[in-house]
Amino acid sequence: MDTLSILLMGFISIVVVNNLVFTKFLGICPYLGVSGRIDMAFGMGLAVTFVVTLSGTLTWLIDHLLLIGTPLEVTRYVCFILVIAGAVQLVEMYLRKFFPSLYESFGIFLPLITTNCAILGLCLFINLWGINSLLEAVVLSFGAGIGFTMAICIMAGIRENLDLADVPDCLKGAPITLITAGLLAMAFMGFAGMIR
Amino acid sequence: MTNSNVKTARYWQTLLAGLWRENPVFRLLLGMCPTLAVTAAVKPALTMGCCVIFVLICSNIIVSLMRNLLKPHLRILMFTLTIATFVTIADLFLKAFVPRMSETLGPYVPLIIVNCIIICRAEACASKNPLVVSVIDALGMGVGFTVTLCVLAAIRELLSTGKIFEAQLMPDAFVPWAAMSMPVGAFITLGLMLGLVNIVAGRKA
Repeated sequence: MDTLSILLMGFISIVVVNNLVFTKFLGICPYLGVSGRIDMAFGMGLAVTFVVTLSGTLTWLIDHLLLIGTPLEVTRYVCFILVIAGAVQLVEMYLRKFFPSLYESFGIFLPLITTNCAILGLCLFINLWGINSLLEAVVLSFGAGIGFTMAICIMAGIRENLDLADVPDCLKGAPITLITAGLLAMAFMGFAGMIR
Repeated sequence: MTNSNVKTARYWQTLLAGLWRENPVFRLLLGMCPTLAVTAAVKPALTMGCCVIFVLICSNIIVSLMRNLLKPHLRILMFTLTIATFVTIADLFLKAFVPRMSETLGPYVPLIIVNCIIICRAEACASKNPLVVSVIDALGMGVGFTVTLCVLAAIRELLSTGKIFEAQLMPDAFVPWAAMSMPVGAFITLGLMLGLVNIVAGRKA
């Protein structure tokens, strides 16, 4: 029961309280780029969720089995980025083989997941927070993906309506998106201090 | 003689492009994560800028030197590995000599690896151009990025604490806007600055 509540708390904390997009500024680039339409945003969110869960788990394993306590620790960042690039490649191959239509609709965004800072950021945060159980690492990485999906879908929903709004010319596009994100971040500040 | 003049003019153009016409943050919308995350105060912003300049120049040198050996499908991987190596160097340097600053910046130093500016410059410039042009381009882009970061940080620090670099600039009656040092302040300040840049750029054109 105790383990379960820790896991549940960790999950809620990473999804709403420490949401990577709104409190840690991770994954802003795809957030600005893909959040135009809600179905694209959802697909992107799912792909990121998969990659982040896979790479979060793998980097935790590599970190704890190979790196910590050895001189190899210096190569941590190189290892992490290699794992992420590999995971993205795997997803790409899998999608191309089994879901070609989905693969087509992602286009260039799929390989770009490698440079999504949310993924590397989460792997680094797991290391930084000193998470030392595999199960917790898995739950946290999955929660981070869900949090990202939620943020990008909320944004896409707002932006679809924003098309109809009368925005000043100079603020059209990225500026108004950032300001909206600011207001959303303020709303999410309401969760701060709820856990941890 | 004329030939070398043309060359120098081109170098200057490349250098200045990064500062305004192709400013990475305002015009290309690259590297948003560090821009938002480390600009709560000027000092971390400046440190971050210097790290980015260092990594950008080093990776552009290496990428430019090996541009003829690159295979298309392994290109991005080679870029990221090169960048990761230099980021590790910068990170260890910060940890050794300015440990407190390294703690403030936290994971945002290793996150330079996935900073789109660096990969974008490697792809768009260094993998196609000779060494000198690549280095100059890296310098221009890096300085442009640093200046932008510092301007943003100065505005946020001034409004959230009334000081810049420990120097009190606001009158005593000024009530600090705590929200400016939080994520909200970062998003909204950057949004409004982008709007402002759009107005200025629109007027010129």
